[in-house]
Amino acid sequence: MAPVLQTFNLVKRFGGITATNNVSFALQPGSRHALIGPNGAGKTTLVNQLTGVLAPSEGRIELAGADITGLKPEARVRLGMSRTFQINQLFKSMTPLEMILLVLSEQNNLGLSLFRRLDHDPAMLREAGEIAERFRLDDMITGEIGLLPYGKQRQLEIAAAFAARPRVLLLDEPAAGVPEAERQDLLRTIAELPADVSVVLIEHDMDLVFRFATHITCLVNGTVIADGSPAAIAADPAVRAAYLGEEANV
Amino acid sequence: MSASVSTNPALQSTITGYLARQRRWTALEIGFWVLALAAPLLMPGQMLLLNEIAILGLFALSLDLILGYAGIVSLGHAAFLGAGAYAAGLFALHVNADPLLGLVVGTVAATCLGFACGFLVRRGTDLTRLMVTLGIALLCFELANTFRGVTGGADGLQGISMGKVLGLFAFDIKGRTAYLYSLSVLFILYLVARRIMASPFGLSIRAIRDNRLRASASGVEINTRLVAIYTLAAALAGAAGALMAQTTQFVSLDVLEFHRSADLMLVLIIGGAGYLYGGILGAIVFKLMQDAIASLTPQYWQFWIGLFLVLFVLGGREILQVAGQRVRAQISRLFAGKDA
Repeated sequence: MAPVLQTFNLVKRFGGITATNNVSFALQPGSRHALIGPNGAGKTTLVNQLTGVLAPSEGRIELAGADITGLKPEARVRLGMSRTFQINQLFKSMTPLEMILLVLSEQNNLGLSLFRRLDHDPAMLREAGEIAERFRLDDMITGEIGLLPYGKQRQLEIAAAFAARPRVLLLDEPAAGVPEAERQDLLRTIAELPADVSVVLIEHDMDLVFRFATHITCLVNGTVIADGSPAAIAADPAVRAAYLGEEANV
Repeated sequence: MSASVSTNPALQSTITGYLARQRRWTALEIGFWVLALAAPLLMPGQMLLLNEIAILGLFALSLDLILGYAGIVSLGHAAFLGAGAYAAGLFALHVNADPLLGLVVGTVAATCLGFACGFLVRRGTDLTRLMVTLGIALLCFELANTFRGVTGGADGLQGISMGKVLGLFAFDIKGRTAYLYSLSVLFILYLVARRIMASPFGLSIRAIRDNRLRASASGVEINTRLVAIYTLAAALAGAAGALMAQTTQFVSLDVLEFHRSADLMLVLIIGGAGYLYGGILGAIVFKLMQDAIASLTPQYWQFWIGLFLVLFVLGGREILQVAGQRVRAQISRLFAGKDA
């Protein structure tokens, strides 16, 4: 099958530093694709180029066969790629319901409907309810976002990205900082994401990666050093060296 | 999408109930507008002041849309007030003395100016926006000053004589028609603003204020929305300007002065930004205080306003909030005592 998201020789330089070095990466439809690498490997820089926050210095990005390299973040969202952030980026003055409804109305092209009411469309409210349930937010959907427990805020972070009805969902360290008590819920929601959404998972946490990933790409100093199935990556000497130091490489 | 998640009827009713509650009118709001309508009976000698309050309230409502909702700072809002005032004044002087037509003309003029300026405030930081908006207002002021053949320059636009509102109500010396006319326009435009800010568009404006990164990651085209809200705010400011020109039957360079924009910021800070009523409440407090202090010490009223503002911003609002919480706690304790 043709990849749903693909990069061709992507390069990003910040002055003299090359943060992304000739990365060619392909996401297969329905895949759970983990992007791993030690701190400073350039994972988030890569995600920022995929989503349009940063412009690559060289190379090309294709979403479902269409060149999106020059598109703005909001245009990419409309073409079916959405993301979560490593550090929560939530609308603090809203309730989770309003935040989800905002994303849904943007998807329904209602963003410039000045006189339409938020509850105009029952189908949209139903969809918002479904998303709230899927992300275990149904009992606090009308609460203040700032007062939600951290784990729930993380869930909302993914829910908002999911509400954009993505074909490709990029999760940037979704479980980072979530206390153990809430972690299992979060992992379960990630595992329950529908199969037709292709997921890119950027993670440090190897436990989480090997639990979900069907494919892994390992990035070190901006360069892809290994790409393959979880078993192949676990056995790869270069990956072991990057993670465990040279001694492990025996 | 998989259909694995069932639709929970209890959750649906929570959602619809919440959204219906959000747009419901509270008793306090209804009381406020009834009081505003009854104000000429309560303060019969003060209708000119009431008229000024209604106009300033509309002007501040306009600033609230961009400052309170979109988070765009502006020190040049007088440009739109002036555009509306001069357009309405010139229209009445040279074309037609009908107030409603003039109101439309003033609003449209300010809307066009706002649309053009909207493109200048899309980008940049708060500081650049302050400078750009300030610059626009200064430009407008100097333009009005230079083209004295049209605007009357420092002498102002004299000899305006307005027709009757709706062909029925003539402007009177006591200002009763003026106040009721301004109040009606304020109320209608408040309704429009309320409806718009509760729409998906209004939600996206709040999203931009809260978190731009997430707004654009949610599919919101930030630049388009900012131009749209800026234009809308300019329209309201233009309507305020038109009302000012029509009810005073005079337009002078003063409508474009810097202090208009600066006072407006004070008004909104006093009333609180981001809930539509802040500007109106702020206008009431500001104007009444100005009036009261000016009658005590005509020369130094700005000193007292300044002092009040410093104290208010440094802690007044918190003091009021804390006091409110204490009272509420006290009341609930009272009722808890009865239950026991």
